[in-house]
Amino acid sequence: MANSSSRLAHQFDDLLQQQEASNLGMWAFLATEVLFFGGMFAAYAVYRSLYYEAFVAGSQHMDVLLGAVNTAVLLLSSLTVALGVHAVQRGDNATLTRYLLMTIALGSVFLVIKGFEYSHKYAEGLIPGIRFTLEGPNHVELYFILYFVMTGFHALHMMVGIGIMTAMIIMTRRGRFSPEYYNPIEVSGLYWHFVDIVWIFLYPFFYLIRVHP
Amino acid sequence: MQHVAAATPAAAGTHHEEHAGFWRTYVFSLDHKVIGIQYMMTALLFLFLGFTLMMLMRWQIAYPTKGIPGEWFALLPAVIGVAALAVGVYSKRRLTLLVGLLFGGIAWLVWWMVSDEVLFPEGIMLPELYNSFGAMHGTIMIFLGVVPLAVGGFGNYVVPLQVGAPDMAFPKLNMMSYWSYFVGGLVMLTSFFVPGGAANSGWTSYPPLADIATTGQTVWLFGMVFLITSSLLGSVNFIVTIVQLRAKGLTFMRLPFFVWAQFVTSFLLLLAFPPLEGAAILQLMDRLAGTSFFLPSGLVISGQVLDVAGGGSPLLWQHLFWFLAHPEVYVLILPAMGIVAEIIANNTRKPLWGYRSLVYASIFLGFMSFIVWAHHMFMTGMGTVISTFFQTTTMIISIPSVIILSALIISLWGGSIRYTVPMLFAIAFLPMFGIGGLTGLPLGLAPTDIHLHDTYYVIGHFHYVVAPGTIFALFAGIYYWYPKVTGRMMNETLGKIHFWGSLVCMNGIFFPMLIQGLAGVSRRLYDGGAQYAHAQNVLQWNEVMSISAWALALFQIPFILNFFWSMKKGRQVESDNPWGATTLEWQTPTPPPHGNFTSIPEVYRGPYEYSVPDAAKDYTPQNVP
Repeated sequence: MANSSSRLAHQFDDLLQQQEASNLGMWAFLATEVLFFGGMFAAYAVYRSLYYEAFVAGSQHMDVLLGAVNTAVLLLSSLTVALGVHAVQRGDNATLTRYLLMTIALGSVFLVIKGFEYSHKYAEGLIPGIRFTLEGPNHVELYFILYFVMTGFHALHMMVGIGIMTAMIIMTRRGRFSPEYYNPIEVSGLYWHFVDIVWIFLYPFFYLIRVHP
Repeated sequence: MQHVAAATPAAAGTHHEEHAGFWRTYVFSLDHKVIGIQYMMTALLFLFLGFTLMMLMRWQIAYPTKGIPGEWFALLPAVIGVAALAVGVYSKRRLTLLVGLLFGGIAWLVWWMVSDEVLFPEGIMLPELYNSFGAMHGTIMIFLGVVPLAVGGFGNYVVPLQVGAPDMAFPKLNMMSYWSYFVGGLVMLTSFFVPGGAANSGWTSYPPLADIATTGQTVWLFGMVFLITSSLLGSVNFIVTIVQLRAKGLTFMRLPFFVWAQFVTSFLLLLAFPPLEGAAILQLMDRLAGTSFFLPSGLVISGQVLDVAGGGSPLLWQHLFWFLAHPEVYVLILPAMGIVAEIIANNTRKPLWGYRSLVYASIFLGFMSFIVWAHHMFMTGMGTVISTFFQTTTMIISIPSVIILSALIISLWGGSIRYTVPMLFAIAFLPMFGIGGLTGLPLGLAPTDIHLHDTYYVIGHFHYVVAPGTIFALFAGIYYWYPKVTGRMMNETLGKIHFWGSLVCMNGIFFPMLIQGLAGVSRRLYDGGAQYAHAQNVLQWNEVMSISAWALALFQIPFILNFFWSMKKGRQVESDNPWGATTLEWQTPTPPPHGNFTSIPEVYRGPYEYSVPDAAKDYTPQNVP
């Protein structure tokens, strides 16, 4: 107990209040994130309704299989995060470390696959402003630039998430967490799930348009 | 929702981090009070800078063909800077020295620009420079001045005290929020020095103009990303602090109205800013990566077809921008209303009239502010159906504003009013905001907006809300909370000179704008309309407005003197509660130490128990059982 009361910041009465405050803070932050991506999804909606053919044509160049693999990888990583939170609640820090490592590994697999996809796009000349050779329907560039901006920001969030998870491993190794005090793990998990959910929207919006032409 | 967990002894005994050295105490402080003061000082400086830009522009409007006497415009900041430097050297105070250097910097900036033959050929401002000053005046006043002062300054200092908390919920986030704001401000300042000067497409940055503008626009967008990040971090912090850190017994319906106003404001910042961050990034892509999010096809510039992919929609930017910027208007006004409510209750010695109505009205106002944004876009051809929707919601949102204003006016009725300086500013806020609000109605109706759109009428309306409205409330707040922060009162005589001078000059500046606007004079004309036939009958007002603006600057001198002089020499307060106020921030030592309260406060009553019959005094603080 001496260990966990030293985790209590001076502005809080007790650990329960501190935990509730940090959860609420993360939810509020995630609300801003929803609206940050929401602005770009609004742009997507406008241009998709204006240039539907271009969006269908653009999505022909997406690798549905790699996208599906990545979706599975991310869903699996959300599972390992949830199991990690479960482990720390039981006080099992060795298992927690293992799950956090698996989360980082899965996140890295996602980024590597994404990197392959980006380099294919470059090879095919599908990156507006850098190398764009596609002769498609009018304004097909808008589809691709939205694809790169939105998945790019998603990938950036993934990298931040991997950084956070690394910090969590270091804190776990230093024995910072116990069943009484684990809210950094919990709020990092919330963030990770959020980034995961963004991809659940990005995947159908960019990869699966052609299924319903 | 109320937090009822019992306090542990750990909370009371861990507030001793005071011997932390200069950098930790004053610069990279985690204490909400120091961060609040940092916000306040920085924001006041930016307000001064934004006002200086406008004073230069007003010369151009009043005398479009006469060379500008630059030395006169550099004189005011130079005198203040030299005075502060002298005082700083004499009293060996680093902060005063810094203030002196910063005012000196403003003077040098003005002098450097005005004496530049390229920017001011024969002392006459280039139209491009006029545009750039206009854009930066708006940006600086709103994003670097008023919002940081109202939310970052007053919110940070007062909210944790009023909810009875030892600090904000996330002190490190709070510090990051200030420094993100500071970097954003520096980036904005840097933009004056890049080729082509600062951003010059208006504070709204409408594409396609903003997409093809000079480098300053890119810097502006980077600066905005920092400023938005700062606001987001701050609003997360306020929401968690108000929900989680209220003292025992302080239910939501016992919160001072100022806290409610900040609470609603935080939700507006939280939800309105991120889409603009997204939009700013898309505009950056347009400018740097050659995309066409906001560039339509077949754009012709100077007779040449622009070589871009095209297909983008400039209207998309306007929607994303106003989705932020209309809630932003309520971000500007709600904290001001909160300050005015506190001061009116305190100086009439009676409870606020209709506290619950005020609270529900401000919540409703916050909600409605998200569905009125397109009333800025009636002229874009978005269609009559959408216009009808947005003019209806705009009429509806005026109802909570009127409820708040009426409740504040009725609060005066039957009170034994003390005409202190903060109260003078707070009373003046009511009719000034009233004019600002009522002149907004014709702009919210599409048929009348067709005539008034983009005229000086809009400028007059908006400035009535923000300058003699919000800024008066902010002055009121400074005079009101100054004794809590410093332990000394500000001088009443200087304060009254400041007040009456500012009141007359503010109306001298902004009322003629309504007249010019009704005559159809457009905003953003660098000669003030001299070349338009329809403007000739109202041109004489330009000189009146400009002289009022410069006089307004002179009437700020008593304030600046008072502000610094009273820190050292002002009358010392006799008690921790010099105004006889009920809310918790007055139940702390003066100035409040790290950790704020000497014992954990517990709340037993509502926020405005003034003149309760049979009570011992004419006020009963919230923490009295």
